[in-house]
Amino acid sequence: MTNISRFALAVSLCAGIALVAQSSAPEISFTTNTEPLKFPSSITLGEAAGVATNSKGDVFVYTRTGHPTITIGTARPFAHGGSRLFRFDKLGTYVGEVGKDSYAFLVAQQVRIDPKDNIWTVDQMSSSVIKFDPSGRMLMILGRKSEAETVPAPPLGPARGGRGGGLPGAGAQSDIFNRPTDVAWDSTGNIYVADGLGNSRVAKFDPNGKFIKSWGSRGTANGLFTDVKGIAIDAKDNVYVADAGNKRIQVFDADGNYKSQIVNVGSPAAVCITPGAHQYLYTSNSNPVNDIDTGGEIYRTELDGTILGKFGKAGKLPKEFGTVNAIDCRGGSQLYVGELGNWRVQKLALGIK
Amino acid sequence: MPWTARNPLLCLALALLSTAGPTFAQKAKAQNVPEIPYTSVPNFLKLPPGLYLGESMGVATNSKGHVFVYTRSANTRLFEFDPAGNFLREIGAGSYGFEFAHSVRVDSEDNIWVVDEGSNLVIKMNPAGRVIMVLGHRPEVVAGAVATNAPTPPAEKYTFSRPTDVAWDPQGNIFVSDGYGNNRVVKYDKNGRFLKQVGSEKAGNGKDQFNLPHGIAVDARGNVYVADRSNHRMQVLDNDLVPKTVYDNIGDSWTVCVSPGPHQYLYTSNSNPNGNAPGTWENTGEIYKMELDGTILGRFGHASKQLGGFQVAHMLDCRNPDEILVAEIESWRVQKLMFKPLIAAPVAAKPAAKPDAAKPAATRTTGAK
Repeated sequence: MTNISRFALAVSLCAGIALVAQSSAPEISFTTNTEPLKFPSSITLGEAAGVATNSKGDVFVYTRTGHPTITIGTARPFAHGGSRLFRFDKLGTYVGEVGKDSYAFLVAQQVRIDPKDNIWTVDQMSSSVIKFDPSGRMLMILGRKSEAETVPAPPLGPARGGRGGGLPGAGAQSDIFNRPTDVAWDSTGNIYVADGLGNSRVAKFDPNGKFIKSWGSRGTANGLFTDVKGIAIDAKDNVYVADAGNKRIQVFDADGNYKSQIVNVGSPAAVCITPGAHQYLYTSNSNPVNDIDTGGEIYRTELDGTILGKFGKAGKLPKEFGTVNAIDCRGGSQLYVGELGNWRVQKLALGIK
Repeated sequence: MPWTARNPLLCLALALLSTAGPTFAQKAKAQNVPEIPYTSVPNFLKLPPGLYLGESMGVATNSKGHVFVYTRSANTRLFEFDPAGNFLREIGAGSYGFEFAHSVRVDSEDNIWVVDEGSNLVIKMNPAGRVIMVLGHRPEVVAGAVATNAPTPPAEKYTFSRPTDVAWDPQGNIFVSDGYGNNRVVKYDKNGRFLKQVGSEKAGNGKDQFNLPHGIAVDARGNVYVADRSNHRMQVLDNDLVPKTVYDNIGDSWTVCVSPGPHQYLYTSNSNPNGNAPGTWENTGEIYKMELDGTILGRFGHASKQLGGFQVAHMLDCRNPDEILVAEIESWRVQKLMFKPLIAAPVAAKPAAKPDAAKPAATRTTGAK
């Protein structure tokens, strides 16, 4: 047997084991409502990148909707538009738009609601994290949008990382993000930004937005990341980081010290931790945007990584998922799921207690 | 007079080529095709003040006769009109998928489908206008402005490259012509799952190949008709996308339409090319009416900017073969052509009567060309 074929055999064996581990998780039954949110006829929802609820059950959707534009005939080409933030009440009735025509709403990535019902948006292209108060007034901005665009744009990918200093993906020590993906808070209000697809790090800020530190850079060892796609924090201030490229969720303490990891959940693209005395974690093995014949299932686990079950698969029908980018699990077994591929938000009711 | 008749030697050469070469060699246009008289309804679509069509890329009707127009305005927009051409509403204003219109079609359940060659998407909307399926995916906006002359990457199952048109068979399977970047036809099941493709990202003129598949239609038996525009032909495929035959005596097939009903007709437009170079108007611009087997029944229309003539016809609606709708790129309008009853008897005439809203209709007959 040649080295190459031995290697191939080893790879296929490993893949087989991983497959078995994933598929052995029990299926969780569920029902869905594919139109929980009633949009006015004047709005056509695009890619549903972010969905989140506040303590009253109001629903916020940060979406890639509209016309992303680069101007011409200007000193430099400037990027505008392309994303909007919508608000609904708990019955799904449309309430209004937050941050309309915002300078930094270019490529919606995530929306999260903090314990005080403040609304936080994460924009992948403007590399901005914006905090709105519950009424929609802007309170704080982390990061800064690039002043102008380069045309033609350099290729995406790790080589483009490192903006704000340092080597590509080296984990810049600043609040200049590069394609950030998510935001979370610990029990004292410190802010953690998943940063992201350009950089590969977690950036930590105090409750007032002062940069404290960041940890991680591009790599595969514990404490390193390959495409950070999400972040969530439990009641004990453990930080769960969706390390999508390495097919794992890494768990850190609040200072960034590596503690453990959760595996056999595919490639985590969206994560959520439920509130309450017994917390659970949801993570989505989202299908790539260019393929609905692979993955797509969502896992439900204990915080220690024990897999309790999984549900769904990639596809375009109700109860199927088109590249899930957000999970809201404030309701425990009632989930809102935002999909990039299917331009919709589904409200799921899981068949669990 | 068609150019071939003035060039008998070239005709002969082409005839020899077609006998000596493979089946897929290009033939000359059909000769002595009867002209079908028609009338173009003046001022058919009535837009409210302040609203304009841009390049009219797509036109389609639903079962109630409502007219849908997918147009390149300041933004790409989708409008709905009643059967009389009165404006009803705009659908999908500000949609993330509306960037550069190419086609709109309405399926047997009155769902509205648009094909956008800017966002690389095929979008299915229910009759109310709500998005219920998205095929393909928009290129990553975060990638910014990309070079436009890059080669087309290998064709993927769920990624289009400037798709052009969509059609369905009686079972609801979805057929997409794709397009300017890729050169293929893709078949999906009714739920949007990839089944098969023919062609690839590479252009070619052989069997199983396309060079700018620009329009697509499916008949009641599931046969697929593909406007293989830059190959100067229409390709007919069976339901599994296996090539059956070609119709290559109809000029450049820009768009195809198959009428419903027990006796289906096939329409194709040899549209005049963009740019209107000298000589093009004399040899292009006509639309052919055919049997599904390729028998040409007649032709109508010619290149012109006047009412009754076509300025780069881009799409046809033939739900009612007696009332054909024609969307034109360069005249920014949709014409409604009446084939019977004729308002006036055909007269041999100057090309294209002038539009005149005061008169009931401009009658256009041909035969001069």
